[in-house]
Formats: sequence, structure tokens, C-alpha cells
Amino acid sequence: MSETTILGGQEVVGVGRIEGPILVVEGAANVSYDEVVEIKDSRGELRRGRVLEVGEDFAVVQVFAGSTGLSIDGTRVRFLGNTLHIPVAEEMLGRIFDGLGNPIDGGPEPLTDRYADVNGQPINPTARIYPRDYIQTGISTIDGVNTLLRGQKLPLFSGAGMPHDQLAAQIVRQATLGKLAGAPQTEGEEFAIVFAAMGVKNDVADYFRRSFTESGALTRVAMFLNLADDPPVERIVTPRAALTLAEYLAYEKGMHVLVVLTDMTNYGEALRQISNVRGEVPSRKGYPGYLYSDLASLYERTGRIRTSEGSITQIPILTMPNDDITHPMPDLTGYITEGQIVLGRELNFAGIYPPVTVLPSLSRLMKDGIGKGRTRDDHPRWGAQLYAAYARTQDVRALASVIGEEELSDVDQKYLKFGRAFEREFVNQAFTENRSIERTLEIGWKLLSILPKKELTRVNLDEIEKYYTGTDASN
Amino acid sequence: MSNEVGKITWISGPVVRAKGSRNVGMLELVEVGEDRLVGEVIGLKGDQMTVQVYEETAGMQTGETIYGTGLPLSVELGPGLIQSIYDGVQRPLPLIEQAVGSFINRGARFDSISREKKWKYTPKVKVGDEVKGGDILGVAMETDTFEHRVMLNPDDKGTITWVAGAGEYTVNDPIAKLKMGKEEKTVTMLQRWPVRKPRPFTDRRGANIPLITGQRILDTFFPVAKGGAAGIPGPFGSGKTVTQHSIAKWADAEVIVYIGCGERGNEMTEVLQEFPHLIDPRSGRPLMERTVLIANTSNMPVAAREASIYTGITIAEYYRDMGYHVALMADSTSRWAEALREVSGRLEEMPAEEGYPAYLAGRLAEFYERAGYVNNLNGSQGSVSIVGAVSPPGGDFSEPVTQHTKRFIRCFWALDKSLASARHFPAINWLDSYSEYLEDVGNWWRERTGKDWLAMRNRAMELLSEESRLSQIVKLVGPDALPFTERMVLETTRLIREGLLQQNATEAVDAYSSVEKQIRMLELVLYFHERGMAIVKRGAPINLIHDLPVVDKIIRAKSTINNEELQKFDDLQKEIDQQMGQLDAEYRQ
Ligand SMILES: Nc1ncnc2c1ncn2[C@@H]1O[C@H](COP(=O)(O)OP(=O)(O)OP(=O)(O)O)[C@@H](O)[C@H]1O
Ligand SMILES: [Mg+2]
Repeated sequence: MSETTILGGQEVVGVGRIEGPILVVEGAANVSYDEVVEIKDSRGELRRGRVLEVGEDFAVVQVFAGSTGLSIDGTRVRFLGNTLHIPVAEEMLGRIFDGLGNPIDGGPEPLTDRYADVNGQPINPTARIYPRDYIQTGISTIDGVNTLLRGQKLPLFSGAGMPHDQLAAQIVRQATLGKLAGAPQTEGEEFAIVFAAMGVKNDVADYFRRSFTESGALTRVAMFLNLADDPPVERIVTPRAALTLAEYLAYEKGMHVLVVLTDMTNYGEALRQISNVRGEVPSRKGYPGYLYSDLASLYERTGRIRTSEGSITQIPILTMPNDDITHPMPDLTGYITEGQIVLGRELNFAGIYPPVTVLPSLSRLMKDGIGKGRTRDDHPRWGAQLYAAYARTQDVRALASVIGEEELSDVDQKYLKFGRAFEREFVNQAFTENRSIERTLEIGWKLLSILPKKELTRVNLDEIEKYYTGTDASN
Repeated sequence: MSNEVGKITWISGPVVRAKGSRNVGMLELVEVGEDRLVGEVIGLKGDQMTVQVYEETAGMQTGETIYGTGLPLSVELGPGLIQSIYDGVQRPLPLIEQAVGSFINRGARFDSISREKKWKYTPKVKVGDEVKGGDILGVAMETDTFEHRVMLNPDDKGTITWVAGAGEYTVNDPIAKLKMGKEEKTVTMLQRWPVRKPRPFTDRRGANIPLITGQRILDTFFPVAKGGAAGIPGPFGSGKTVTQHSIAKWADAEVIVYIGCGERGNEMTEVLQEFPHLIDPRSGRPLMERTVLIANTSNMPVAAREASIYTGITIAEYYRDMGYHVALMADSTSRWAEALREVSGRLEEMPAEEGYPAYLAGRLAEFYERAGYVNNLNGSQGSVSIVGAVSPPGGDFSEPVTQHTKRFIRCFWALDKSLASARHFPAINWLDSYSEYLEDVGNWWRERTGKDWLAMRNRAMELLSEESRLSQIVKLVGPDALPFTERMVLETTRLIREGLLQQNATEAVDAYSSVEKQIRMLELVLYFHERGMAIVKRGAPINLIHDLPVVDKIIRAKSTINNEELQKFDDLQKEIDQQMGQLDAEYRQ
């Protein structure tokens, strides 16, 4: 939004109190809750903020750029009378914006008269279409056992130093509308991509930019960047700005939009910081009690609605502090999103890429996008069987570490073999490898065939008949 | 009917303060600001009032007006509730969509119950009848088959002076007139009831009939009684919603009230799109025709989320009063507790544990107390059963909402992350869960099946806890160290776990098990155990039992034998006899 578009509004000279990024402005009348303000410091520099609380003769204002350099008497606050809006236009694809939606690529302001409220509005559940179409990402651990659907929100739970950026970039590069196993590869419908960076290093933003360029996607990408050295408070707006554009593209222009938000942990920290400055009663680990509702107001801006062909699919990336999945950020995220892809240290150390830890990973919508008429009939049971077998492998490994591998029964030995092969052949794939769904299913069956038929109680007998390639002759 | 009662002096999210009249009532419904957003008075001090607002307050200014209504927050009750989907304060979501499009706008106002729709009505009283609160005045056909029993408001009583003849009426048309003392009162099919006030009944009855859900781990192992209360806590992704959806689909209740309280939009959409196409096996009608949905998703206003639980339970009680069995699902009560916390935080109240207000336990108790199997004012019997999901942070059951909930429920279905990770569904941990209704419902099982369900169920539980002890040993030394009799226990418990406890909600045959199927499966597995044990004791090696072809068949029976062909269990039993018989013969000497 340009500073020149909205003129006027009441101006107050001087503020009552400054605490961190929060100003308390006194003597302002008719202030609206959540309205945008423009703050001018004593040198005439502008920054923007938002009203967090209004009283009879005061308003609490959060300054996006922080309060460094603001003085009690020298600060002027102008109340602009409206909530925060950003311009939205199709031509914003291919452009780069700051965390508040201002262009930073040297190009002009987007030419449009459509401005949309960054807070959005809740989608009426009756207006939604339940997601059913799967997205082929070419990655076995996703397509095979944690299938992503159009209109789903599926975060990557990772940790510092793990290749979540690569995985996200690979997903974005390879994503195409799924098809029946065995059907010919058609020209993939292309996604528009909205990328929001919150507090990540410049390298990370650069990495994605390069990756988009190399895959020729750059013209389909809008980037909203709030980097590590940008003001933390601005981070609270960045994903909202990005999602506001995504909603416009999906629901008004009928596009399929893939939204990548990284790193949600930094977003949560900004929220916590403001809450603490305001002296709010914290819930867990100092995070505000409304963290769940706040995150939901972002993640729920995903999906499909009946009046549009388009869809919003979200892939938030979140580094878990101390790899702790029970930390409030991953925990509350998991409670809102429709599953999670969890990356694990051990696999990463073992050189497995992508190091997707399959057991805690989940796609809740998978069941509605796979199987007969969508991927292949056996897919749901095949997936459950792989899970069950790999879970059993973990028990066997624990036992082996106590009594030694040689002491294991024949069947347990086979589970060990299965587990190793599963990690090396199914989970592991090259960064450039784009597996078809039938290839993924085939690898899975090959691995299941390591086990005796009798162990495969999750799949049907006729499926065993059809796809089992092992040497077990029983039954 | 609304008048000015104050001017706004302070706004913070869903909470506003105002100054004005001293005559506003606590918990009075008010309209806030020029957009007349719905709110409720939650605090009074001198001429200051605190109001929680059920809609988004962005853009509201100090100095705007608050209008009083003189009424508490209430729901509309009458025919037309069934098949509806409302937000937390009973606004009809489909009408909002029609009026303002796909996104929920604030300030949209609609009647909760249609004033135009006509219902086929038959009177059940005549002129001169003495009637009192709760008495059934007539019935309206709410669906082709569902009888909506129109009751006199609980507070009224008098003599009927006029009744409408059988015919088609809207909820505003008079259906009877009543002489109450000196006054004459006109009665319609529409009533209002304040949501925070339980609807009255005569007295409670013992809860000794199980709510049959078709879920084996629930019905067979941890049953909840009709009129009982169950809690289902679990970390994210462990199966709370799937279990609640399964209960909403299959429970033998006549009315289902499903509250999506601060959860996902897509989950409500799933119900909306699926239920009209699923057929209720008892009525032969679409499941939607017994369902009322309340959807206040996580991104909808948080104060309305707090109200949604009360809106739902009041509707449930209303159908109970007609003499129906009602099952209410609340997903998730933790989000409701968080809404309490959020509002309390904005009020700067003294927090108790983890930021929750001190009255959290009291509110939970009040809610679960509204479950019950009761004798109604009109002499009929009805029940409200409550199943509340709990979403503990980090999956840690020691947190306040789980702990307090435990005090007010008698049935605890503990979901377990590691079971869910291994895709053992429903991921209800059989060692951590309990039901206090076991003895109460034993008789019902005996009458229904002629079998001693409780003894069999307890035997199976015994084996499972034995398994848990044995697997500790196995973890240390491997299974080979165990004697065959103990390994026989492990063989049987595998059948119990994989064949009985695991149940796939997405698979047609397995999704619902009739009571008869459940008891046959239980019986069969225990039979397998007794026979196997006898043979092993004679020295037969355990792997011979493990390798019997019938084992695989027993595990698969849940999805290969449907509820209508239970005689196939006889065949399975014959196979056990035959295969075990052979072994038995071999090792008899
Ligand atoms: N009985 C079942 N049969 C088959 N799959 C199941 C069953 N129960 C759970 N699941 C699987 O587990 C996933 C997660 O379940 P569900 O959505 O009910 O979790 P939840 O406990 O409600 O999580 P949250 O707290 O995040 O809402 C489902 O999407 C489904 O894949
Ligand atoms: Mg859920």
C-alpha cells in the first residue's frame, strides 16, 4: 500500500508512552479498533502501525518497523481510518515485495484499484468444497504415504540445519495435478506460487529465488520477504499479505495457488514478543493464550470454495526449537493443519534425502484423494501396510539392540531388512528425481515382498496375489 | 425492542467496555456499535459494563452505542433445527452464504428458524385439557419420518381454550390458546430458551443402557451409557475427530448434535457433504435427517466459540424433552476452554493454571452435568449423552482441561500418539482408558445377546494387561525366553489387537460392527485362546499355532464378514476346531 493513497485522518502529535514496538497514543478521539496508523518521526520518516487496543482517550499502537528512533514529543501519529489493506492483482506474480506488501524489486506499484483487507474473512464452511484432487509431488514419502491434496494445509516440521528448504523447493518445482496410476503424463497444470519469508536469512530467500528461476517458475511467483534483519513486528503482517494475494488469485481469478510460508517459528516469536511487551497473561512458554486462534486465522485461509475453480494449498515450514514437536508452535500448528511432514535428524545424518520421518508424518486428507478412480485401488491399504510394517521395524530394532540381531527370529530379521530397504529405496530419492505414482507404488510392493505374506494383514488377499513379488509361497 | 444502554469506552479484540445504564442485566444480550454486532454482558460494575462480542470488532470505535435487549443469550427452538448448520450463536450459515457470499461477513442477521416454512402439524390436545410445562401439544413432521413433538414452554401451565386443527403451519402460526390464570396466551411452535440455563426435567434415571456406536473398542471394551458423558483426549492427529464422526454416523441415538468448536472448516464441510448421502441403518433415511450441526471453526470469532457449546447442549436438551435419545459431540472442548481463557485474559482476571481462569473447572462441570438420562416433565424419558474431545497441549494429559474433565466424566477414551503413528486405529489406548458404566450396562448385553459379555470383556482385558507385562520382558530378552503358555497369550492378544480393537473407519464393512458381530468376534478370539492354550500345555510348539491358516482369517474377519452374515463365524469356529483338533490329536500322547 502506498503512503500516498490515503490522505487525511486525524493526527496526534506526541505519544504518551513507548515500550518496545508499542506506542500508547493519548488524546485521540474516534479511533477504530485495528485501524492502520502512519507514524512520522522527528526527521519526517514514515512508518506504519496498527491499533491493538482503544480506550476513551488513548490508543495502543503496534509499530511494524519497531520504535527505534521514535521520541515522546517528536512523534506524530496519523490515524488512517481503515484496517490494513494491500493491493491485489494478477500482475503481482513475478514480483518481489517487502513484508508489508511494498514492491522492493525496483518495479512500480502494482497497477490496480483492488485493495483487500489483510485480515481476510473466515470462509463459511457451507461455501467450501471438500478437497479431493491430489497433487503429485513426485516424492514417494508424500505421494505414497502422506498424499497432498489441492486445498490442503500440510506443514513441514523441521529443525535447524535440515533440508526443509530443498524439500519445499522440490515440491514446488514438481507439483502437478495427480492422475491415475498408469495414466499417461499430461502437461501439468501449473500452480501460481505465493512465497512468504518471515525472519529467514537472506540466503534462504535467495535459495528459493534461484530455485524458482532455474525451474522457470519465477514469472508465476510472488515473493513477500521479511528477512532476519527486517523489523520483527512486520512479520505479523507478512503471511497475511501473502495470503490476501493468494485468496484473490484463487477465488477471484480461479488459479491453483501454492503458498509457502517460512519460517512460522519466527512468526510465533514476533507474536510472543508483542504479547510480552503488553504484559498479557501467557499460556505455555510465554506464548499468548490466543496463539491457536491467531495461527488458525492464517492456516484456515486454505481450501476451495464453490464459487471458484481455484484452490489454495499451504505448505508452512516450521523449525522446531530443540527438535521438540511438543513445543507450542509445532503443537498448535499440528492441531490446525491437515497433517504434517516431519523431517528427522537420524535419517539426515544417515544421508537420506528427503529425511522424512514417516511414522509421525500424516496427511489427514489423503484418504479422500487416493484409491480407486484417483490413484489405484490398493493405495490406501498398501499405505497402511507400509506404515504398520515400518512401525514394527522400530520395535524389532529396539529388540535387536538388546539381544543382538543374530538372536532375532526369521520374521524379525526380515523386518530389519525391510526397514533398511524402506529408508534407502523408498524414503531416499534424489533432489531431482520426480517419481510417478505407479513407480512409488511399485517400490512399496517390492519392499513389502521382503516380508512373508502372512505378515501383510492390511492389504487384501487378491492384492497380495497381484502385486506380491516375494518368494514366500505359503497361503 | 432494543434501547440505548451505554457508550463504548474501550475495545480489545472480542471484549469491549462501556459506560451507561445501571439497569443492564448480567448475561443480557446486547447489540454493540452502529453495526449492531451481537454481544453478551459478562461483567457489571457501577455504570461500567463489560461485553463479549460474537463478531469481529475491527473498525469499531469508542463512543459507539450499545443497545440492550432485556433478554439473555437464547436459542430459537422449533421444527427446522434438524438438518441445519449454525454458527456458535445459532446464525444459519447457509443463509449467510446466500446473502453475503463465501466469506462470513459480520452484522448479517437471520432468523435461526425459518418463519416461512410450513410444517405438517397434528394436535394432540383438545379444548378443556389442563396442560403444564413440557406437555406435548401436537406433533410436526420435521422430516418425512421425524416427529417433532411440540411442547408447552416449561414455565407455562393452564387450560386449553383453542387448538388449531391438523394442517400446515409456520412456526409463527398459533397452534393453541391457553388460559393461564386471567391471561390468555397464544402458543406457536417457536420457543426461546436461554442457552446458559439447563432445561428442567423431573428427575434423573439410572443410566444403564449403552449408547451403541458400532465401534468395537468403545462398545465392547469401554462403553458409555445413554445419558452418560465420555471424554476423548489425544494429541493432534490421533483420531478424536474421526472417532466423533464415527459416533455421529453410527450411534443408536435419534438425534445427533455435532459441535465443531474451534476446529477445521474442512471437517465441517466433510460432514455436510457426506451425511446427506449416508443412510441411517435404523430409519433408512439419510443421516443428515437426524443431525444438527454447529460450526464455529477456529478462524471464526472466539466469543461465539465459547457460546457454541451452550447453543448445542440447549438444542440437545430440547429434543431430550420430547422423549428422544440425543448424542452430542463437542470437538474440541479444549478450544472452548481456550476461548474462556482468551476472554478472561482480556479482562485481566487473575489466572489460575496455565492462564486459564479459576472458574474453568466450574464451567466444565456445568457442561457435563447437562448430560443425563431423565424423566421429562411430560412423563416421557429421554437422554443427552455427551462425548467431548480434549486437545491437550503437547499431548500431555496432566494439563488443566484434561484433568478437570476427568472429574466430570465417567468414561475416558485415551488416544495414544504411538498407536496412531503405527496406524493402529482407533488409537485408543486400552490400558489407559476406562469406563465406569461397565456394571451398569451388563444387564442390557445379557438381555440383548444372551451372553455374559462382561465376563468375556474382562477376560480379554486380562489378557491384554498380561500382554503388556510380557512385552516388557520381550523387550529385554526377546520372545524366545518366554514359555509357550505365555507366548500363547501373545498370539491371542495379537488377534485381539489387530482383529478386534483395530477398526478402519474408512472401510465399508469394518466401519460399523453390530452388537452381535462384536460379541461373536470376542467369543471367537477367546475360544481360540482356550483351545490353543490347552494344546500348548500339552507341549505343542507355539509356532504351530502361529502358523495356523485360520489365524489370518480371524484377523480379517472384521472386514470380510459383514453384519448380516454372522453365521460365517460358525464356519470360522469350525476351522479352529478342525485345525486345532489336528494339533490336539498329535500332541495328545
Ligand atoms: N478409526 C480410524 N480409521 C482410519 N483412520 C483413522 C481412524 N482414526 C484416525 N484415523 C486417521 O488419523 C487421522 C487423524 O485423525 P483425526 O483427524 O481424527 O485426529 P484428531 O485427534 O482429531 O486431531 P486434531 O486434534 O488435530 O484435530 C485421520 O485423518 C485418519 O487418517
Ligand atoms: Mg480433530
